[in-house]
Amino acid sequence: MTVSGATKEEVIRYDDRIARQFLWATLVWGVVGMLVGVICALQLAFWPANGGVSWLTFGRLRPLHTNAVIFAFAGNAFFTALYYSMQRLLKTRMWSDALSKIHFWGWQFIIVLAAITLPLGFTRGKEYAELEWPIAILIAVVWVLMTVNVFATLSVRRVKHLYVSIWFYIGSILTIAVLHVVNALVLPVNFLKSYSVYAGVQDALVQWWYGHNAVGFLLTTPFLGFMYYFVPKAANRPVYSYRLSIVHFWSLVFLYIWAGPHHLLYTALPEWAQSLGMVFSIMLIAPSWGGMINGLLTIRGSWAKVRTEPVLKFFVLAITFYGMATLEGPLLSIKTLNLMTHYTDWTIAHVHGGALGWVGGMIFGMAYYLAPKLWQTKLYSYRLANTHFWLATIGMLLYVVAMWTAGLTQGMMWFSTDQDGLLRYPQFIDTVIALKPLFWIRLIGGLMYLGGAIICIYNVWMTAAQGKALDDHVVTVTPERHIEPRTFHERLENKAGVLAVLTTLVILIGAIAEFAPTFLVESNIPKIASVKPYTPLELEGRDVYIKEGCYNCHSQMVRTHPIEVNRFGERSQAGEFVYDHPFQWGSKRTGPDLHRIGGKYPVLWHYRHMIDPRTTSPGSIMPSYPWLVDQMIDIVHTPKKIAVMQKLGVPYEARDPVQWLDEQAREVQAKLATDGVSIHERSELVALIAYLERLGRDIKSAQ
Amino acid sequence: MSVLYVLIPISFFMAVTAFFAFAWSVKSGQLDDLSGDGTRALVDNSDEHINFGGEQ
Repeated sequence: MTVSGATKEEVIRYDDRIARQFLWATLVWGVVGMLVGVICALQLAFWPANGGVSWLTFGRLRPLHTNAVIFAFAGNAFFTALYYSMQRLLKTRMWSDALSKIHFWGWQFIIVLAAITLPLGFTRGKEYAELEWPIAILIAVVWVLMTVNVFATLSVRRVKHLYVSIWFYIGSILTIAVLHVVNALVLPVNFLKSYSVYAGVQDALVQWWYGHNAVGFLLTTPFLGFMYYFVPKAANRPVYSYRLSIVHFWSLVFLYIWAGPHHLLYTALPEWAQSLGMVFSIMLIAPSWGGMINGLLTIRGSWAKVRTEPVLKFFVLAITFYGMATLEGPLLSIKTLNLMTHYTDWTIAHVHGGALGWVGGMIFGMAYYLAPKLWQTKLYSYRLANTHFWLATIGMLLYVVAMWTAGLTQGMMWFSTDQDGLLRYPQFIDTVIALKPLFWIRLIGGLMYLGGAIICIYNVWMTAAQGKALDDHVVTVTPERHIEPRTFHERLENKAGVLAVLTTLVILIGAIAEFAPTFLVESNIPKIASVKPYTPLELEGRDVYIKEGCYNCHSQMVRTHPIEVNRFGERSQAGEFVYDHPFQWGSKRTGPDLHRIGGKYPVLWHYRHMIDPRTTSPGSIMPSYPWLVDQMIDIVHTPKKIAVMQKLGVPYEARDPVQWLDEQAREVQAKLATDGVSIHERSELVALIAYLERLGRDIKSAQ
Repeated sequence: MSVLYVLIPISFFMAVTAFFAFAWSVKSGQLDDLSGDGTRALVDNSDEHINFGGEQ
């Protein structure tokens, strides 16, 4: 062993260049992500704002907004904090500068790829997991390289004790790796198209196991890690109760992973799984509030500083919103409350309370703390930072209160019945029109928050301009552990523990990838005999649906409640989704549920609705999709798509897919022709109409 | 629902990993001097005066 006890002082050079790079990336991508969010918000208030351009429509931009904010803004912020605080907490430089650099540039490259592919409609069709398979693989590779660097740095640390932040970072890094890989298992059709290996209920469960924990382990635990570092540093006091912070970490780690099913209450998911998710969600209140109180009490006695110091102001704001969001989340997981708030804007309010308040607050606090340190100067302007604080606070409150109101309004309208038990608002569009003023207020709130972020960039830029960037921060410390310099081979051997963990992970992942698909395929044998696979035309139509991001506004899940059935039709059953690779249940109803849309309207209605939704639904805020008429299905890929589906266990009859597709397309074309509409048979709109007409009908025809 | 047979073992595996990490942290003395360790970790430099934990 080359590790020995305490020795004489050593000089360490912390790599601050990498922290600085990640800080810039955080702020720049943050503004980009928020700008896209503001454009999305504008389109909800005023639909023509997409300018009639396909790649600027809400369905394509919303995934860009969520991915940018989660992976680019919060992700880069996590890495900023990681590289800055980890070196200092472990009293060592990062193990490999090269790996740090690969991590930085690899991550930015992934973000650029996302910014190009998502607006173009290349998507896996699962929320926050939209990026197509080559990019998903790239994410995994970059993530693993970062993990190696982090673990190797741990092994050469000069301290014995691992500070609680380090635990939060490690927990986040390992969990995200597993979640990402399990949820990203797909079979590719070509370089930019793939189908999830899971279908229907199973895909939904994997997705929300991922989705919930992505929130937990990308937007919560890394930020708790940096809360426990930056808040004591900024307040110049230790954590109020270090013991409580340790309890906070371990209880979150053991509880978080089981809470995912609360995203699927009242759906076709088995009831016991729903209850399990609900119970674990409620249990999460205890550690979350423990952490919140711990964070706030750390600042106790420094309240005078909070009045003047923007860093502490943002931290207090963030921790307060952490407390609010972690109470709100468990409450929304209670089934009865969830029934009314799920699919409404309350979900949007909840996530923005977390993202703008907690995540944003921590990030901006960190930026104002780090800028003077990284450029060895004072913050350029306290006044501007305070302006930013108030813009952010008021903007966020406008945003969240507007969305709470919208969520409550819509939820109550959906469930409102008269004395005869009839729906008071049977037309879904009435419940949308009622929200329009609130959408404008949300836009104003979002603009204020964005304005604040731009002020922050300016302030950091001016701070950098007046200061001087040091690439290496040199300090002397007395090491508690001493590490002898070694050859590369010795280094490798000493990483035995790390290698063992990583190998186990890789093997685990490989094993799942290997056996899961076949195993899952067998269980996909339909329980409902009348449920048949989508025809090639319907499958192509479904791919158009996914490409346009329809799932961002429409659910395909009639929940198990009489009012839902009353409004949309028969409740959705698990057996109906066995061929849905990926599932398209959605999480938000800006428009109505579509699972029982098939057969509800004539074909002409769909045609007119897609050309201009306002001709069939006055007041609709849905974009017009005239380009679907002119864009043709690429039938080159159709046979491959069917082949991939067959590999996934979908029982297609032996028939020429293209011929089959054309036959059905001509039927749709003929129906439209009788109404005087002429359209090319291979038009994307024909396929989409065929898909919509098919939705939810297999059960109906059986009865 | 057979995907639960994949998700539960993975979640369980992660929980077990976490448990072993926790057991290690207890055994190796990580939690022996919490207030001391929690304060010392935040000091960046041996020249730096420890002004944590008291009045400024």
